[in-house]
Amino acid sequence: MSPEGCALVTGGSRGIGAAICRALAADGWPVAVNYRTSATQAQAVVAAIEAAGGRAVAIEGDVSDPQVAQPLLESAAAALGAPVLGLVNNAGVRADNLALSLSDEDWKLVLDTNLGATYRLTRSALRAMIRARFGRVVNVASVIGPRANAGQANYAASKAAVIAFTKTAAVEVARRGVTINAVAPGLISTDMTEGIPDELLGRVPAQRPGTPEEVAAAVAFLASPAAAYVTASILYVDGGLSA
Amino acid sequence: MAQHTSEQIEKVITDSLVSFGANAEDVNRDAELTALDIDSLDLAELSQIIEEQFGVELSGADVAEITTVGDAIDLVAERA
Repeated sequence: MSPEGCALVTGGSRGIGAAICRALAADGWPVAVNYRTSATQAQAVVAAIEAAGGRAVAIEGDVSDPQVAQPLLESAAAALGAPVLGLVNNAGVRADNLALSLSDEDWKLVLDTNLGATYRLTRSALRAMIRARFGRVVNVASVIGPRANAGQANYAASKAAVIAFTKTAAVEVARRGVTINAVAPGLISTDMTEGIPDELLGRVPAQRPGTPEEVAAAVAFLASPAAAYVTASILYVDGGLSA
Repeated sequence: MAQHTSEQIEKVITDSLVSFGANAEDVNRDAELTALDIDSLDLAELSQIIEEQFGVELSGADVAEITTVGDAIDLVAERA
């Protein structure tokens, strides 16, 4: 990692986000664990990182709020004494329904959180990154988006758009030493994937769900110095589902 | 309220353009930014530097009006 930077992980208190926080901290990043409502769980992530010898701080903020991006980055930088040079846009929500039954509210909620927050935080974070000539943005997309999944039109639209945003923003800043990539998890065992039918598992070549740690390992690689020449890429972590 | 002299502004802008890859000997008031291979990303970073150094915020429309190095210096000097 860059010794002068810290990492901010949105939605870092639970599931994949918590695993990402732990993995980045293990790689030496000071980590800001962003959460919206799960303060206790965010503190538990911080405690686990500190117990392992890392540095972390929990920071509240609803990233679907357009006013939150810049203050959140500033809070993370102030708390950890270094600019945010690693950003993981992980916070995501689902509000599933058939396209013909979707409410405008559920459309907006999912797009504002999954896509809008990714855009706003990336835009703000890039300022420090291009000045530092170093930066790592990793967006958590999904296998849903590139491929269909009935009942998730809003989610799929948001994640496909995250991938499109990732690629275009990445080529704009590549020559400043800033990389922007996405991971696309498949079926991962978390709270958010509860209720997904078992029959979907049958379609996964690996014949099992993935773990948050397996997604986190991919994110940590993309955030590492070793991945300096990897940008505008989508790394599938899906047990072969997308093949 | 000339807190910053035109010379200071010129130095910051010139140094920035050189740091973006422009040849130092080619940078003068009349030089066109496109001829110096300065592109939109460079201009976005230059806007940031100007904001940090002089507290002057340049909008996208302001930046679009800048053609030469002198245009940039004058615009900032006017507002600094």
